[in-house]
This record gives sequence, C-alpha cells and structure tokens, in this order.
Amino acid sequence: MEVKQFNYGVWTEKVNVRDFVTNNITPYHGTSEFLVGPSAKTQKLWEVCKEATKEERQNNGVRSVDTETVSTVSAFDAGYIDRDNEVIVGLQTDELLKRTMKPFGGFKVVQKALQEQGVKPNSNLTELFSKYVKTHNDGVFDAYNAEIKKYRSLGFLTGLPDNYARGRIIGDYRRVALYGINFLIKSKQEDLSNIKGPMSDAVIRLREEVSEQIKALKEIIELGAKYDLDLTRPAENAKEAVQWTYMAYLAAVKEQDGAAMSLGNVSTFLDIYIENDLQEGLITEEEAQEYIDQFVMKLRMVRHLRMSAYDEIFAGDPTWVTEAIGGMFEDGRTKVTKTSFRFLNTLYNLGPSPEPNMTILWSKDLPQNFKDFCAKVSIDTSSIQFENDELMRENRGSDDYGIACCVSHQALGKSIQFFGARTNLAKTLLLAINGGRCEITGTQMVDGIEPCDCEYLDFDKVMANFKIAMKEVARVYNDSMNIIHYMHDKYYYEKAQMALIDTNPSINIAYGIAGLSIVADSLSAIKYAKVKPIRNEDGLTVDFKIEGDFPYYGNDDDRVDELAAKAVADFNDELKQLAVYKDAEPTMSVLTITSNVVYGKKTGATPDGRAKGIPFAPGANPMHGRDSQGAIASLNSVAKINYKDSQDGISNTFSVVPKSLGANEEDRIENLATILDGYFSRNAQHVNINVLDKETLIDAMDHPEEYPQLTIRVSGYAVNFVRLTKEQQLEVITRSFHESM
Amino acid sequence: MLLLWILNLKSCLIKTEENILRVHSIESFGTHDGPGIRMVIFLQGCKLKCLYCHNPDTIETSGGKLYHIEELVKMAVKEKPYFGKKGGVTVSGGEPLLQSKELVPFFKRLKEEGIHTNIDTNGRILNHFTEELLDTYADLVMLDIKHMTEEGYEAITGMRNKETAFNFAKHREASGKKMWLRYVLIPEITNKPELLHQMGAYFKDYKTIEKIELQPYHKLGIHKWEALGWDYQLKDARENTEEEIDAAVEILKNYFKEVKVN
Repeated sequence: MEVKQFNYGVWTEKVNVRDFVTNNITPYHGTSEFLVGPSAKTQKLWEVCKEATKEERQNNGVRSVDTETVSTVSAFDAGYIDRDNEVIVGLQTDELLKRTMKPFGGFKVVQKALQEQGVKPNSNLTELFSKYVKTHNDGVFDAYNAEIKKYRSLGFLTGLPDNYARGRIIGDYRRVALYGINFLIKSKQEDLSNIKGPMSDAVIRLREEVSEQIKALKEIIELGAKYDLDLTRPAENAKEAVQWTYMAYLAAVKEQDGAAMSLGNVSTFLDIYIENDLQEGLITEEEAQEYIDQFVMKLRMVRHLRMSAYDEIFAGDPTWVTEAIGGMFEDGRTKVTKTSFRFLNTLYNLGPSPEPNMTILWSKDLPQNFKDFCAKVSIDTSSIQFENDELMRENRGSDDYGIACCVSHQALGKSIQFFGARTNLAKTLLLAINGGRCEITGTQMVDGIEPCDCEYLDFDKVMANFKIAMKEVARVYNDSMNIIHYMHDKYYYEKAQMALIDTNPSINIAYGIAGLSIVADSLSAIKYAKVKPIRNEDGLTVDFKIEGDFPYYGNDDDRVDELAAKAVADFNDELKQLAVYKDAEPTMSVLTITSNVVYGKKTGATPDGRAKGIPFAPGANPMHGRDSQGAIASLNSVAKINYKDSQDGISNTFSVVPKSLGANEEDRIENLATILDGYFSRNAQHVNINVLDKETLIDAMDHPEEYPQLTIRVSGYAVNFVRLTKEQQLEVITRSFHESM
Repeated sequence: MLLLWILNLKSCLIKTEENILRVHSIESFGTHDGPGIRMVIFLQGCKLKCLYCHNPDTIETSGGKLYHIEELVKMAVKEKPYFGKKGGVTVSGGEPLLQSKELVPFFKRLKEEGIHTNIDTNGRILNHFTEELLDTYADLVMLDIKHMTEEGYEAITGMRNKETAFNFAKHREASGKKMWLRYVLIPEITNKPELLHQMGAYFKDYKTIEKIELQPYHKLGIHKWEALGWDYQLKDARENTEEEIDAAVEILKNYFKEVKVN
C-alpha cells in the first residue's frame, strides 16, 4: 500500500494498527489551554440535534421509527442533520434519530417494540419472519431446556442476550481509515484461503464467517458511496480519518443493535492525522476540534429500537459507545495526545452527555496536566469514568485496547467478548439457606442441599451449602451461554465488526454477578452476629432476626471485605471449570448496570437485614448507608476484590457532593486526581465519579425539562438522569452520597 | 497559681488506658480539615461548649469508642495512598488535646510511617505533652480563634481566659513549625471589621502562620443539639451573605499571606 507521510513499520505490510500508532504518536504533556470552543457550524448543527432530542423526549422517547426496511450496513439512503453545516457525515438512516428494525436478534422483540409505539412491521416482513426466516431468539428457545427456562424466569439468571443482540464486540474501526477497505478485503481473502481442511465443524464455521466478513466489507464500500466517500482507499488527511473511522462504526450500528457497542480507542489514532495536518498547516485548531465535535455529536445520535422491558434493565436508552482515552504504552510512553483533550472538550462544547461513554485509562504515570484536566471534566460534567490502565495491561497483556460495554478490557482487533449478562448471587445464597429452593416460589432449583431447621444459621454450614448452590447455578448459567452464543453466531453474526478484527481472535466469555454487597453483609451477619431465620409454614425463610453487631462491607474492615472477595473468587472458580463454546475463556464481572433495582425486586429478605424487594447496591458498591467511615474506607473495601478473579471488571460508583471534594475548584481537582491515584494504587479496577448535590437530582425529578443534559454515572456507564424511570431516579437518590461536614 | 495548675490538669485530661484514644468518629475522606485528603479522627470530649458547635455530640468527655493507637495507625497506613503529597491525619474533636498524653505516641508512630500530622485545636491546653506535640510531632496545628475580646470569648465558649489560646500560639510560633488559624465567621458576633483588624494586627508578625481559614457560620449542626435535648442558643443568628464573607476576606488579606473560605 501507499504510505506517504508516516513512519514505516510492521503495519505497512500487514494489518496492525497498534504498530502504526506506536510509530507515529505525538504524546502530549501540556495543559488544556490550546483547546477551542465549538465552531459556528458545530453550534448550528447541535441546535438541530438538541431540538430533535427534545421532541424525542416529548414523544415518549421515540422520535420516529421505520417499519419497512430491515436495517443492514447498506440499507437506507444517505441522511443528514443539516448538510451545509455537516463536516462529518453519516446517519443510521435517512433521518435523524429514526429507529430501525434489526430483526435477526428476535422478531418478536421488534414487533413488541413497534407495538409499544402503536405501529406494526410491514406485513411482508411479518410473513417472512414468521414462516421462513429464523432468528437468534428462535434458535435459542429451540435449544433451551426446562432447567434454563426455570432459572431464567425465576430471576436467578437475568438480562441474558437471548432475545436481542449480544453486543460487546468492538470492531477495530481505525482499520478502515488506515488501510482502506480494498486492502482489508485482500487481507481477509488471504486468511480465507489459508483456512484449510479437514473440514471440521470449527473450520467450516470459520470459512463461512470470513466469507461473510468479506461481504460486509463490500457493503461498507457501498455505504460510503452513498455519502460520496471512497472508502476503498486509506484516509489521506485528518478529516477523512475521522470520517472513515466513523463510517466503519456506523456500519456496525446499522447492522447490529447489541446492548453495548463500544467505539474502542480511536482518539490517539486520529491524533496522528490531526497532528500531521496541523504541522503542515493544512488545518487550524478550530477545524481539528470541529471534526471531533461533529464526530462525537454523531455518536450521541445513535439509536436502537428497544422495547420498554429492556429499559427496565438497561435504563436510560444507553448505547454504550465506549471510547477509551489515555493510558500508557508498555514502553512507558503515554498514549495521551492533544486529541485525548479534544474528545473531553466535547463535554464543554456540546455540554455533558452519557454518550459516547468516555473512559479514562488511568495510570499513575499519566501526565499531571492530563490528570488534572480529567478531574476537572469529571467534576464539571459527571460524564466520564475511570479505569486502572496498569492493572488491565499487566493482567490482560495488551496496551492497545478498548473497553467493551462498560468496564471490560478488550484488545482491539485481537480479541472479542461474548456477553453473558449476570446471575443473582444473593438469590444463590438464599438457595443455600432454603434447602435449594427459590425463596419466593419454593421451586426446587438445586438438589443436594439439606433444608436447615436450626434456630440460628451456622456459618460453616451455610458456606458449604452456598458452594453447592454456586456450582449448580454456574452450570446452568454456562449451559445457557453456550446455547446463546452458538445461536447468535449462527443467526445474527456480527459480520461488519468481525471484518475489522483478526480472523479467529481470542474470545472471553463475560459472566457477571449481582448482589455482592448483600452476600458479603449476609455472610458477615451469619459469622459475627447471630441470625435467626423466620420461616413460613412452607419452611421458606421470609425474614431474618439479627442479634448483635457485625461489620459491614464498605468500611475497610478485612473481616467482611474478605468474605466479599472470597464470594467473587469462589464463583469465578466454579465458572472456570466449565467448557465454553468456541473455547472461550471464562471471565467474570461484578456489574449491574441499573438492574440492581430489578434484582432487588426479585429477591426475598436477606440475612443482612435487607427487606424483601429492596434494591441492591449497584455493581461492587457497598450497600447504601452502610459505609459509615467515609469515602476512602469504602473505596478500599471495593479495591480488595481481586481483579484476577473478576477480569471482566469490578464496577464501583462513587457519588460525592461538590463541597465534600474540597473547598474550592482547585482543591477539588487536586483531591479527585489524588483519590484516583490512591484508589488505583490499591489495584482497584473501575470507578464512576458523580460530583453532584442531591438537591440537584431531586429538582431534576420535579423539573425534567430544565435538565435535558443532566448526566449521572451509574454502574459502568452514564445516563441522562431525566430519562430514567421514577423508580430508578429514586434509587439513585438514596445511594450513598459522600458528604463530610 | 498552683490552684490554677491543678484545675488545669484536672480539666485537661481524659482518662483512658495507656495508648488508648477515646474516639467519637472517623472520617476517612476529610477535605476540610487541613491540607489535601485526610483521615480525620474526631476525638471525644471538650471542655468548651461553643454556641455554634456543629459537633455537640463530641463534647461529653465520656462515651465514644476506644481505639488502641496501633489500630488507628493501621487504618492510616491503609489510607496513605490517598494522601498524595499534601494529605495525612488530622485529629479534631471535641478537643483533641484533652488526650494529648496518648497523642504523643500516636503522632510519633504516624511520623515513623511517613504520615503528615495535624491537630485541630482550641489551644486551651498547654502541658508538657502538648508541648512535645507542638515542638516535635505535629506537622501542622490549626488553632481556632474564638473571639478577640474576653467577653466575646466567654459568650461563645462559656469559658474565660482567651489568653491561654494566645499563649498556645506563641509557643507554636517559637517552635518554628507551621500553623493555620481558623475563625468562625458569624455576622455581628465575630464578623465585625474592628475584630478582624484586631486579630490581623495581633498575628501579623507571626512567621509560622501560613493562612487563616474562615468558616462561615452555618446551621447544619442544630439537629444534633436537638437530638441531645440541648437548647440551641444561636437560633437567631443568621448565615453570612456573600458580600459579608468577601468583606471579611478583604480585611484579613491585609494581614495574612492567604485567606481561605472553607
């Protein structure tokens, strides 16, 4: 291929974006002073978007929806927001915020979502999908057994991607800009010719997949052509680099509607083109910022058609366009560039926003100016999250990675992830106390656990039974995952994204748990106090009476924190022993999104004193109000959960009122940057930061129209507060806000 | 003189076992009690009963929870990564120096662990333990100036002899180690130009004073008084306006290197 202005390397011969970046990056150690405001064009464009999102909110969350066309990479004509002011072009459809049908995940879900909007799919499509075309969802339910269905319907396993797209796969969208699609097709064709017999299941499958990928690449060329872009060749300047990268991402979100579809780590890559054009005097800083502002604006406008039940689990209509920013290379250089700043600057130029889900890869070695700027942006907007770059680099073996969904490391172009939703660990613990029966319905879930009729719960006995319950839940969970991913590959393969990933990448399967703090506190109560189960006539525990004190998780008290860490390690050990589809490597996360409300509803009273139906704490957070020693003790407790046992991520949400962070802006910035250094030095993995007054949230509940862009961080992502349900809003407000007066 | 000394000794010390501190509560994330991020240990017990006290539940000299100093050192060490370049441990209260005997080995241990130490005090206790802390182990002392007149001091604290606190300041100045002043700003009571000038004039030549922190009066502590069944005496006082705070800052800037509103 033709390479003009860049330093050569391995990347010039074969696909290797990391090599290009390490050879051409200009790390930046300066301050944010160079940043500029939005251009006139950007401002005009954003006004149109704001008006459109307002209409969307007023119209029950959906502005318009297409009922005629199955959305594919090349479906729909070109669409514009306001063509004269658009520097970076491309929409999912021919109209801003129009939602589309992506029926291959499950046609019934599409029908339901449309029905909720008072419309129906085109009757031809209905006929096709009810008679002739099979979907992922159809496949999964053909294969599910009674046991899986039982675990699913009783709330032991929830949010499984069995009727919608799994998401979590990150295409290396930079490849389209760096190489142009012709080169990528050639490369995939070579791969295909090298996939040889004997024709085992795996080989046949891979040959079919790569062939699909090549078709998808050709479709991306078509998509570009609709916007008069020649994506067959590499991008030749900064504007094209941004545009080409966006087109690649757009192809993905036209074809798929996965729960989370991350962008990856594009800012450092794009900076190389921008820096080059700036050096050559081809563009100004205003233009550079304009490209990024408009790119980000487009990412904010990505929409998927969802049914309202989906929103109960994934609140606030998220798309998880997660962009990882910052971090360090293995050689000790920082990945921070001026474009890292430019991305964050969009939160000022366009105002706060949950999307794209900007994630700072934090390292103690990041330039101090960048650390300070991140802290400032976090305080001003509550829109960004932080993850431990060193911890992930060292444990996962790649410094060129994105964040899949909310918190998970994914080496770009080299690995993918199978999303696995999560299991309710608190209910699992209750199985151990109820002789293996569901605490709500009495249904027998797990055999081999003796019902205990003792007056007080015995810690050793409960732990032994808990282990049996974990083993069984893990087994059923794994069975369901194997079915889901087999069927997803078969009926809703992510060919456009996989086309931008190495052939035959490594895979990890991302199991999850919810209710960790409840489990830790319950075990602590059983161990350190006396817990008396109150049983109904059916022998099921309906409540617990606690005599004496016990330590709560969240106070940096090893006695209970070790119980939390052990529960994570134990469940992970059970998962590790199970065989996974495509030889994926099991990993686990402690992450709940906002589903901690739903999980709480489905869980009976627990031995920690939590009443039936009360929401769990999100992710790995301590239970609200139980962390009485202040924020740092709380952070230290979470940091004790070993990342090695939960490599898919350990999510923590930290909410603090501005005044508690420091007396003035300077102090707040310095204190927040110091907290992050401290927290991550304890090998913690992730933290969301909200710097907000509770009063602001209460006011926003009452006057949502005045807070269209109020953004808060929840488990692993950010949402528009006003787009949460009332119940979710209340739950956020009751969470621990660290206040020290 | 002897009588005074005996009175002083009697009123000063909270009796506990060796190396045990009587603690009201611990805040692991203190950002308003000294530089940087601090573990703030609120000790139980105070001999004053300031009208505006926002921690009235720390006044009673019995009660609280007993901690061995090694337990507290262990907690501080676990927090050390969050202290950064500036933070550390602050003992506040209550009046921490009522337990100055136990604070000496505690601070000594913190210094061994490389942790910055700070005392938030009303400066009424000057015994040889306090002196050891002031001269050797306290990296910073935050001295609360209650009022510049004897009448005003008594009205606020219920005790006479403001000079004790001034002598305390002199001692710290002689040690050459850093000190901050703190001053609660109450409209008409402490926020009066003549009082602010008086304070400035008194301390302007102190070389160890890095800054003065103004703490605008607020009513957030009232519910604690009610919970204790005590009558809150300052019910009629109001909070400062922005302008009143700014005016106070302007006056004090004439005398102090740094004036901070906390």
